[in-house]
Amino acid sequence: MTDQQPPQGTQTAGGVARSAASPAEPRPRRRATDWRKRLEITVLSGPAIIVFVGFVIFPVALAAYYGFFRWKGFGPPLDFVGLGNYLVIFKDTAFHEVLIHNGIIVVLSLVIQGPVAIVLALLLNRKIRGRSIIRVLIFVPYVISEVIVGVGWSLMLQTSGAVNDLLQSIGLGFLKADWLSDPGIAIWSLMIIISWKYIGFAVILFLAGLQSIPEELFEAAAIDGASYWQIQRRITLPLLGPTIRIWAFLSIIGSLQLFDLVYIIWGQYIASTAGVSTMATYMVANGRTSGNYGYGNAVAVVMFLISLVIALVYQRFVLRRDMAGAVTERQK
Amino acid sequence: MSAITLNRAAGTEKPRKEKKGAAESSHWGSPVTYFIALVFIAVCLAPVLYIVIGGFRSNSQITSSPAGWPSPWQFDNYASVLTSSTFWLEIGNSAIAGLTTTVGVVVLGVMVSFVIARYEFKGRGAMYSLFAAGLMFPMTVAITPLYILVKDIGLMNNLAGVILPQIAFALPTTVIILVPFLKAIPDEIEEAASIDGASRLGFFFRMVVPLSVPGVVTVGILAFIASWNSYLLPLFILNDQSTFTLPLGVQAFASQYSVDTAKVLAFTSLSMIPALIFFTIFERRIVGGLTGAVKG
Repeated sequence: MTDQQPPQGTQTAGGVARSAASPAEPRPRRRATDWRKRLEITVLSGPAIIVFVGFVIFPVALAAYYGFFRWKGFGPPLDFVGLGNYLVIFKDTAFHEVLIHNGIIVVLSLVIQGPVAIVLALLLNRKIRGRSIIRVLIFVPYVISEVIVGVGWSLMLQTSGAVNDLLQSIGLGFLKADWLSDPGIAIWSLMIIISWKYIGFAVILFLAGLQSIPEELFEAAAIDGASYWQIQRRITLPLLGPTIRIWAFLSIIGSLQLFDLVYIIWGQYIASTAGVSTMATYMVANGRTSGNYGYGNAVAVVMFLISLVIALVYQRFVLRRDMAGAVTERQK
Repeated sequence: MSAITLNRAAGTEKPRKEKKGAAESSHWGSPVTYFIALVFIAVCLAPVLYIVIGGFRSNSQITSSPAGWPSPWQFDNYASVLTSSTFWLEIGNSAIAGLTTTVGVVVLGVMVSFVIARYEFKGRGAMYSLFAAGLMFPMTVAITPLYILVKDIGLMNNLAGVILPQIAFALPTTVIILVPFLKAIPDEIEEAASIDGASRLGFFFRMVVPLSVPGVVTVGILAFIASWNSYLLPLFILNDQSTFTLPLGVQAFASQYSVDTAKVLAFTSLSMIPALIFFTIFERRIVGGLTGAVKG
């Protein structure tokens, strides 16, 4: 290779020769580093990919497969029913109710938690004493487990529980209600519990978003004579937009998958009569609990497709700008 | 690029500190702010306090006045829970599951995020999308086949049957949080390291691992708390009382002693203490990490 170089260099003027020679020369070395790089990539990413594909992708694919069978959960699935399970799902009025409940939960979660959390985050973002302690305390409901929340709230909301007792003793006895089993009220009780449990997360997320807004912007606006609320409306809220949109996304997906709280408080059968059953509780009650694994998997697939469509639409129309910025930022 | 943002960040730090004294006293809204903050905290804490204080009452006190104060204070409920072996066994199971999940998530997550963030290769985008798509697959959807899979590989009633899926399902969030974090390490540092003769892997262990500690801590804490509180997966996998984690234990206890409300409250409040302590210690890191993740 080295004896090829001089003739080329003498034949043509500098520019062409250099461009022809330079890719040729380091090639063997690059191949060695290529191998090394490939090995590093494999070793570093292999375990994560194996675990992830094995325990996330594979089960999801299995769910799709089992969904086409009438299957009791042991032995290979043999009784192929095609789309039979899906037809049953779409005809089942219990599933229609479940869809409505999930819809209500999605909308109310956004409408209740969003505005309250934004206002609270704005207030707590001001320089007040004890801010760090406040932050710890408002995060407490989010940190404790759904089971504890469920057990605690169901004791408080019993007809002879603490909430009714408290209402009685402060003279609001007429507000006493059967919080958990009255079908007109139960879903609101659920919304109270959900809001209580998850609003701290929204506030913390928004506070983090607020702190990433450069201080200079507020200073400049203040110098230009903007009032506190003007600054919040014209500068803070738009700049908080990406955080709010991400939170809304997480909230929607969470609401669609809601299971623990409902299952713990209302159990598997009472949930539907109280009007709080969700897609996930329907899936467990009609799948595993009644031994119809094929059917349960079909419900899971429907649930997944509904979440996926909503997620894709949301990403396409709402998150697109934020995502594009985040992913393409470093590509020069 | 990154160097500029670092400079800017460092620049804003100073005036903020100088201003602090003046700004604190001049806000007109302070009393209102404090009032709203206090109300909000009261709302957040009241149910928790109900559980904790309720554990100090007797059943007859609870029946006669459900929202009352303990009079006299009863300590037997807490004492009997604390001396029961079931409670400690379940704490142990939860701790094993939580710690192993955390270590697994952190180790696998950092390695794969490093590859996605700092290697140029075909399929890098696909790898990122693979994990990002994982966000679309909540455990609820896969729970039935997951249960069958775990049963088939013989991990039923085994904590490993809970740990492995938990690691897998925590990976998407981990990758999403860590990749921007690792990308934000300025290229100059990597160049300097390679000039000093460090290989890519040398750079990984000497620079990336220490520099990514804040992001890793966030990810680790999120994984630990998720595992500590996890309910659906243990509900399917662990049927044997001796393998129960705390959430299953709390529920089993609540249905077993449904008449003994006071004891249920004591058990419940004791079982939330570990998560609360853990969170209080790492609160700053969590919030800091969330800020980093949102900034991207």
